[in-house]
Amino acid sequence: MIREKARVKTFKINGTDVTGKSNQTILEVANDHEIKIPTLCYMKGLSCVGACRMCLVEIKGSHKLIPACTGKIKEGMEVETETESLKKHRKFILSMIFAERNHVCSVCVSNGHCELQDMSVELDMKHSSVPYIYPKFEVDASHERFVYDPNRCIVCTRCVRVCNEVEGAHALDIIDRGINSKIIHDMDEPWALSESCTSCGKCVQVCPTGTLTEKGVSSAEMVKKKSLIIDLLEARENRDRK
Amino acid sequence: MIHTLEELEEIAEAKREKDSETKEELRVCIGSSCLSLGADQIEKDLKEEISCRGLKDKCKVKGVGCNGLCSAGVLVSHIDREKNSETMYGNLGTSDIKSVAEAYESGTILKEKLLDPHDPFFLNQEKIVLENAGYIDPNDIEDYIAHDGYFALFNAIIELSAEEVIAEVKKSGLRGRGGGGYPVGLKWETVAKVDSEQKYIVCNGDEGDPGAFMDRAIMEADPHRVIEGMALAGFACGANKGYVYVRAEYPIAVEKLNKAIKQAKRLGILGQNIAGSNFSFDLEVRLGGGAFVCGEATALVTSIEGNRGNPRQKPPHLSDYGLWGEPTILNNVESFANIAPIIRKGGAWYAGFGTEKSPGTKVFALSGHVKNTGLVEVPMGMSLRDIIYKVGGGVPEGKKLKVVQTGGPSGGCIPEHLLDIPVDYDSLKSVGSMMGSGGMIVTDDSQSIVEVARFFVEFCASESCGKCVPCRVGTTELTNILDKFVAKTATKEDLILLQDLCTVVKETSLCGLGQAAPNPVITTLKYFEDEYLEAIKND
Repeated sequence: MIREKARVKTFKINGTDVTGKSNQTILEVANDHEIKIPTLCYMKGLSCVGACRMCLVEIKGSHKLIPACTGKIKEGMEVETETESLKKHRKFILSMIFAERNHVCSVCVSNGHCELQDMSVELDMKHSSVPYIYPKFEVDASHERFVYDPNRCIVCTRCVRVCNEVEGAHALDIIDRGINSKIIHDMDEPWALSESCTSCGKCVQVCPTGTLTEKGVSSAEMVKKKSLIIDLLEARENRDRK
Repeated sequence: MIHTLEELEEIAEAKREKDSETKEELRVCIGSSCLSLGADQIEKDLKEEISCRGLKDKCKVKGVGCNGLCSAGVLVSHIDREKNSETMYGNLGTSDIKSVAEAYESGTILKEKLLDPHDPFFLNQEKIVLENAGYIDPNDIEDYIAHDGYFALFNAIIELSAEEVIAEVKKSGLRGRGGGGYPVGLKWETVAKVDSEQKYIVCNGDEGDPGAFMDRAIMEADPHRVIEGMALAGFACGANKGYVYVRAEYPIAVEKLNKAIKQAKRLGILGQNIAGSNFSFDLEVRLGGGAFVCGEATALVTSIEGNRGNPRQKPPHLSDYGLWGEPTILNNVESFANIAPIIRKGGAWYAGFGTEKSPGTKVFALSGHVKNTGLVEVPMGMSLRDIIYKVGGGVPEGKKLKVVQTGGPSGGCIPEHLLDIPVDYDSLKSVGSMMGSGGMIVTDDSQSIVEVARFFVEFCASESCGKCVPCRVGTTELTNILDKFVAKTATKEDLILLQDLCTVVKETSLCGLGQAAPNPVITTLKYFEDEYLEAIKND
């Protein structure tokens, strides 16, 4: 019998032969081989939810598109990441994200350091193809160090996951559903009143947009520590090994 | 406690003997639809009337589940065992009880309330799932046993192997009745073969489609049938625990199921060492919290786990990674309700009904602009026209039929000229709709097709869980654009955008609900493009 950990699979991404370990996802193997697949809700170190649909890929022989972040690799599979229809879908979905809430870059503290903004450049999205919805959410600036502006949120749930999976506090979750989905603290209380929040600030660092930011920064000044989660998880692993 | 087939037979015999003591029965429909018209009061009053007139020993008044013809509720049937006759009254109110009792006592017939049991509504149906609905008392396990209940389960455990049970289900060709149409036997076989200490059987009773009430009627009228089907699944796949997930908006179904589970446990039909074997099976009811999306398989198990009921990306499928990460069989109420008769009478018998690729019968909930609204069970392959005109009695007030919506908000709208297609999984798919769970909404030509499409899309938008972007944003955008079409202020660009949005939402959404949400728009655009074009303003 072949031992589980010895299993390696060979398959194709965009016609190139690649290899990966049997428990890896398409996205992980693509990253290992420097094949770029766009992502927004994905963050290394956190669980994968396949919510933003940016990393959708085609698998030869299947009519269903699957997200590369959750799709496990299979021997001999043929993955396409850059077909014309995928590029079109991605751009359209990105445009829906922009249309959903208020993403006016010029007045945003994250201007120039925003993953959503970067994505629009990467996908060459110059205008929105769908009408703006502009719901109105209250800004929560009650916390002494951080600000939460749901109007800039793309509901990627990185903050919910990091709080639950890395910090272990589960202070964040989602209230309501559909277009009204909103990240909340505890039972939808002002941030400052949240009893489970440890004020560690991980949610702020993983947030891809200007939704969760530090106080005291002005427009275009909010630079986030993107490597924080990976550094932290590696440090924990090293400590456990000792 | 029952351990053997003989003991089960004894209970059935005793019940039949007891029933035969009273020669006649007055059966009051206490399904949800009749209940909303005061059926519980009617049952109570009728009992009093009969006992006041000293007829208690001769005639029993009994509450039964839905017999199907909801538009004529409240329904009361008079059964005479000796004459082997049935007289059915409909449209009864509490004020009619005295006359019903009088007519019964004097041996006459209450002509103005009489319904014809030879009406095409009844004659064109084929009842397998609903065979007991309208006949047995759902509160009484003995009544179920007296109607061959639990014999399939005991027979399977005592006489058959797990493989033989699965083989029989495979032979029947039964396909999932929740809408997808995945072969039930194949699903069971997959889970049976997975090597795991713990497996689960889950029943999806979260029926949430507008205009669908098949599963409610089954759970209310014959809860033991669902339990027996699930226990058989447990036996076949090596699972010892099951959950029935029922939406909280079905309080009567929940009550009936809980009562039925309690009764089955008391008789040892559920619990440890069933029928003296080493097979154990325990069952629990779990309530949904009012989200339509929890009818989606992965969202449903997530909800049972106690989490927010969001779907998750498949694969992994539930047969691999289901409830609490264990291999899980999830079937719909109607699928489980088909199992006992299949095991009792054989897969080949079941495959004799319906068509080759879609065997058996299907329960439909007829509603909208149709004369006989209610529940019908017909063989697969019957044409839509026959279901609506022969069984349903056609469109009232001499109006013309415009579209039939099948498959709920995820299904499509089928126009009049396609009514002759047979109703089976593949034919419905070929015209852009789907079987769905069995809701069938008939719309006459007084309705604007754009408004019909908008209604279903808005439903999907308000029920979207919000996890993935295409469904969360796309369904809202679709609703907003359809608003413009309804107001006749749309532009040519809106029509192009509408089509683009449909494609993206369909192809890129995470779960089946999002993927199917644009179906009503896609099908109405295909068959009624004129109406969309008329809504575009010219300037």
